[in-house]
Amino acid sequence: MTLPFIILAVLTIAAAVAAMSLRNLIHCALAMVGAFGGLAALYLQLDAQFVGFTQILVYIGAVAILIVFAILLTRGGQVPEKALFSSSWIWGVLVTVAVFGTLAWTIKNSFASQRVPAERVEATVKEIGDALMTKFVLPLEVIGLLLTAALIGAVIIAMRDEVKK
Amino acid sequence: MTPLSAYLILSAMIFAIGLAGALTRRNAIIVLIGIELMLNAANLNFIAFWRFSEHPEALTGIMFVIFSIGIAAAEAAVGLALIIAIYRHYKTTNVDEVNSLRG
Repeated sequence: MTLPFIILAVLTIAAAVAAMSLRNLIHCALAMVGAFGGLAALYLQLDAQFVGFTQILVYIGAVAILIVFAILLTRGGQVPEKALFSSSWIWGVLVTVAVFGTLAWTIKNSFASQRVPAERVEATVKEIGDALMTKFVLPLEVIGLLLTAALIGAVIIAMRDEVKK
Repeated sequence: MTPLSAYLILSAMIFAIGLAGALTRRNAIIVLIGIELMLNAANLNFIAFWRFSEHPEALTGIMFVIFSIGIAAAEAAVGLALIIAIYRHYKTTNVDEVNSLRG
């Protein structure tokens, strides 16, 4: 394990834990931005530059802003005095421990530790664009349709209901 | 270079943290943030497997992550719209209090 990986992993895990455990919702959203940034840096470390910058653009630029707007619109900015965790939190913790145990055990017993990375991979924007316009053109069109439908649906769901008289 | 299993363990940890937050927190927005973290853990797996694959020039992992980020953005928009609609109706975002459908 290299030192940059360890630094990035610790930062990402700490930010993710903070995002899930802080009391103030705005602080949670900011910690979430830290976790997304750490993941973007990990993508850059894995030679996936385009995905790393897409992550920064979409998650830090759009999703985080959307979540902050939702917090403000639902008056979540005030710190709640009541309990932070739901009434059935013990089951959540049990399920989480079971899931992580299974995943870690599977990874430990898999062939993953013997894999060697491909030497010097290139994923330039030109290659990605070529692939998107030839081999992956149908998924690209479908995702465009899905995004349009989702955004129209989001506007309709969040629209204020007409007062019926 | 860092071995593949280190990336997989890190991704499993992020997934577990997101799952714990989604299952235990009371606020619906934090639940949504937990789901986003879980999606990101899956994306990290895709990129790691792509980097360690035998044919990285096929770009399959990168394409999968690009589409996954697009779907996650759509999911966040619809999820937050639902939370705002629920807040308008119940005046709360606490998932314990939104229980009209409970049998």
